[in-house]
Amino acid sequence: MDVRIWGCRGSIATPGPDTIRHGGNTSCVEVRAGNGHVIVLDAGTGARPLGVDLVGDPPERIDLLLTHLHVDHLEGLGAFAPIWSPQTELHIWGPPSPVASLDERIAYYFSPPLFPVHLSQVPARVAFHDAPLRGADLGAFHVEAQTILHPGPTVGYRIEADGRVLAYLTDHEPALAADLDGVSPEWISGHAIADGADLLIHDCQYDEEEYPSHIGWGHSSTRQVATFARRAGVERLLLYHHDPMHGDDRLDTMGARVRELWSVDAERCGSAAEGMRVSL
Amino acid sequence: MSTSQRDLVLIMAREFSSRLATAAFLVDPDDNLIYFNEAAERVLGYAFQEGRVIGAADWMHAIVTLGDDGEPLPVHERPLGIALGQQVPTHRSVNIATPAGDVRRIEVTAFPLLAHADECVGAMSIFWEPSEAS
Repeated sequence: MDVRIWGCRGSIATPGPDTIRHGGNTSCVEVRAGNGHVIVLDAGTGARPLGVDLVGDPPERIDLLLTHLHVDHLEGLGAFAPIWSPQTELHIWGPPSPVASLDERIAYYFSPPLFPVHLSQVPARVAFHDAPLRGADLGAFHVEAQTILHPGPTVGYRIEADGRVLAYLTDHEPALAADLDGVSPEWISGHAIADGADLLIHDCQYDEEEYPSHIGWGHSSTRQVATFARRAGVERLLLYHHDPMHGDDRLDTMGARVRELWSVDAERCGSAAEGMRVSL
Repeated sequence: MSTSQRDLVLIMAREFSSRLATAAFLVDPDDNLIYFNEAAERVLGYAFQEGRVIGAADWMHAIVTLGDDGEPLPVHERPLGIALGQQVPTHRSVNIATPAGDVRRIEVTAFPLLAHADECVGAMSIFWEPSEAS
């Protein structure tokens, strides 16, 4: 399983001289199996360059797994080149809602007046599915979703292939509902998704000083993610969903702080950056 | 997944009830007592232990819910039984016999925890003695 980061910024795209090393595009991760099957995690602005890359060697099928529908995870869909090709078979998965179907909720954004074309008019063959809360086999991948703590319907994904596990928990604030050090793992939001993963990609939007003024916003601090990773027993951690106010140097400092708290080296823990590739 | 995980609704219900001054029970779909808060500890007579699940028979034996005739209520007539079985909220006054041997009149409100329209992940009850509310 090959993992490539196309966007790791949270909240809003943040291009500029302060974000050159980590990048300014919002959430998007490509996961590719040995047989070429492609899973895309979220469709932030990182989906635009990913789409350009895919057009050169288009896969027969793409599964886009959305964690939730906040705009920084969806705004790149209209610029994702494969949706403008009738040859593309695109399966979009997202968190179930008791209020409206997934396509109806995506169309809130993907339709006039916010977008010039209605979702139903894209040329690609698009199918919509509720995130697989009971698991699903997608080509070479086995994918399980679970609702996690973040405002509004939100899921995390556990993706397994060839005995390796990727856990994707962007936009996650488990500390809002539990003392991460004190409760049994079964009571920690997202724990089963991350348990023993070879790679965990996890929200780390705030440092310890910032978090108290952002409680309930749905994001984690350096200390919380260090504790979560330790409790989940993951092999490697990528800090993700970088705050738009954090430049490269600040992210380096936060990465060092998580390593210090978790007592691991840079091989096991660092900040996600655009273009980063991890083979599992 | 390799480990079991409480549904997010249960995780949030536990956190919510842990901050209430009103006694609260949290049960899973099989009526096992999976959490109770500090106020409920006063009724049960012992503290919640992390990771311990109290089976339905055990906690119903510890706290016996009595009808107006003084006889134990069948499960399907108890507030939590109604919340789980019929998946509707309910409220009623009952007597309980506590482990300390007391019989107390309490008010109980119980409601199902529906994570999705078709998935009941448990139920929660809050209860108080009428004198507490006055």
